[in-house]
Amino acid sequence: MDLTMLQRFSDTEWHIPPSGAMRVPGIIYADANLIAEMDDKVQKQVRNVAALPGIVKASFAMPDAHWGYGFPIGGVAAFDPDAGGVVSAGGVGFDISCGVRTMTTGLNAADIEPVKESLARSLFAKVPVGIGSTGELRLTDRQMDAMLVGGARWALQQGYGEARDLSRIEEGGRMAGADPACVSARAHKRQRKEMGTLGSGNHYLEIQRIAEIYDQATAAAFGLEQDAVVVSIHCGSRGLGHQIGTEFLAEMVAQAPALGITLPDRELACAPLDSELGRRYLGAMRAGINCALANRQIIGHLAREVFAEFFPAAHLELLFDVSHNTCKEETHRINGESKALFVHRKGATRAFGPDAPSLPEHLRPWGQPVLIGGSMGTASYVLVGTRDSEAHAFASACHGAGRQMSRHQARKRWGGRAVRDELAGRGIIVRSPSPRGVAEEAPGAYKDVSAVVEATEKAGLARRVVRLRPVVCIKG
Amino acid sequence: MLTKRSRGMANEHGVADHWEHFPHVADIGVRGVGRSKEAAFEQAAYALIAAIAEIERIVPKTKVHIRCSAANDEALLVEWLNAVVYEIATRGMLFCRFEVRIDGDSLKADAQGEPIDQQRHEVAAEAKGATYTELSVRQLDNGRWLAQCVVDV
Repeated sequence: MDLTMLQRFSDTEWHIPPSGAMRVPGIIYADANLIAEMDDKVQKQVRNVAALPGIVKASFAMPDAHWGYGFPIGGVAAFDPDAGGVVSAGGVGFDISCGVRTMTTGLNAADIEPVKESLARSLFAKVPVGIGSTGELRLTDRQMDAMLVGGARWALQQGYGEARDLSRIEEGGRMAGADPACVSARAHKRQRKEMGTLGSGNHYLEIQRIAEIYDQATAAAFGLEQDAVVVSIHCGSRGLGHQIGTEFLAEMVAQAPALGITLPDRELACAPLDSELGRRYLGAMRAGINCALANRQIIGHLAREVFAEFFPAAHLELLFDVSHNTCKEETHRINGESKALFVHRKGATRAFGPDAPSLPEHLRPWGQPVLIGGSMGTASYVLVGTRDSEAHAFASACHGAGRQMSRHQARKRWGGRAVRDELAGRGIIVRSPSPRGVAEEAPGAYKDVSAVVEATEKAGLARRVVRLRPVVCIKG
Repeated sequence: MLTKRSRGMANEHGVADHWEHFPHVADIGVRGVGRSKEAAFEQAAYALIAAIAEIERIVPKTKVHIRCSAANDEALLVEWLNAVVYEIATRGMLFCRFEVRIDGDSLKADAQGEPIDQQRHEVAAEAKGATYTELSVRQLDNGRWLAQCVVDV
């Protein structure tokens, strides 16, 4: 991206003043190097989002922003329902409530080193991964609807997980306002065999060790110590979310003219919050969030079962579960007044600071854990929301590294088996049904996640707590 | 143009219908070119399958009928590719032969394939859905048809 197109506000904050149809400015949080690497389309998409009805404050892009569909991936935008605000299926994305959960294990790297090969084998056998894989659960229509309303709470009632998990999941594990009646029969059918499956692409289950601590006090409060082992899971709402996104995107594109919405890009398809279509999408999208929360709850339980075989005394404690493809109704301060807004985070993580009422008591003095997934060969991070987070992009931060190379380029450059062997040489075990998938996810295909989180911290969006290094990676 | 492969019959000018992938950083662009709109749609579906697995390794054992409709050609391409994604997801199948018939705003197709075998088909990322990004259905100056869009994977 050409930096001369932007106004520099600070080293990590760049503004696009309103012009043309823009109702608010665009703000990109990133350092000059990250911005130079960004596609020009990010800027165009930030501008387009700024033109949507009812947008408040600014159209934001996080340091890992890249070319998305309508919204940039790494885009954040809030809409005022009292000012004609909209909800956008493209602003949430196909993988509704895709996110990351991290569990501490009470083990350290030396504990798992002797068994990591067999641990990887067992996790790979236990957790269904890759295209065509199916979970053990088969839900009737009635059970499916209960899951879509209950989220992780429903999963807990089915025997997956522990009651104390719930307060460590956004929305207490259950997104209110879900309406299964707004979810089509086709979306139901697409999910029928997919509960408890990881998916493919950039989704993973990793065993990671804490390689570096940046903030000792917060790390200790989170139960994170040097060389301690954690388990992280990155996945979303599977076929159900994909189908909801697909169907509502098409419907919003088709209905835009009738709703009086001029779209600079079809992928920005949206509907007024105060419209039948808008309400129906919110009901379906919230059901999709619950599907993702239930899915991660089930997979977390499967990981616990595997660890219990190897380490009967170990307890996998949920640190937190974040979603990074959502639209949520939240209260934020606008011009000194509290205002209920619908905040879209498309490839962006909520990052509430200390004292946020939704945080469980033990986390409230510290702020919300912000879980950032990197590529399988490099690093992931745990960040924490700060008191400044709210003043920037409605308490939002980055969500990952972001690709810098297409899947095809990656496949031409690397072979899956060579990537796996190279990582094994560095002590990282990769298990996947797909060498081709491993090649497409090669570490070199991703941006430097460390640069992304450094910029996130400098911009005041969230603060680094620890860096995680992968030890075992299960990929679809 | 990153990948370019022929699949199907040569047309009257001797130029084969073909599919290719075009670059998108996070996802993948699928493009079909053919002697007719139907052929271009078939080729776009081959490109979709090739984004997911090694298409040459799929055997046409079972036939599936697919129907969809939309208000215009471009929306119909999105509906068509999404219908294929849906059949892959709900039947647990991959397809290697498509025969598409388009009548106005409705499309009927036969798709042939077999159950997914992760190892034998060398599967990669699953397709979540077709998008409106880089979406285009049009007749080219040489008379051939082009059908393309980006698929979210």
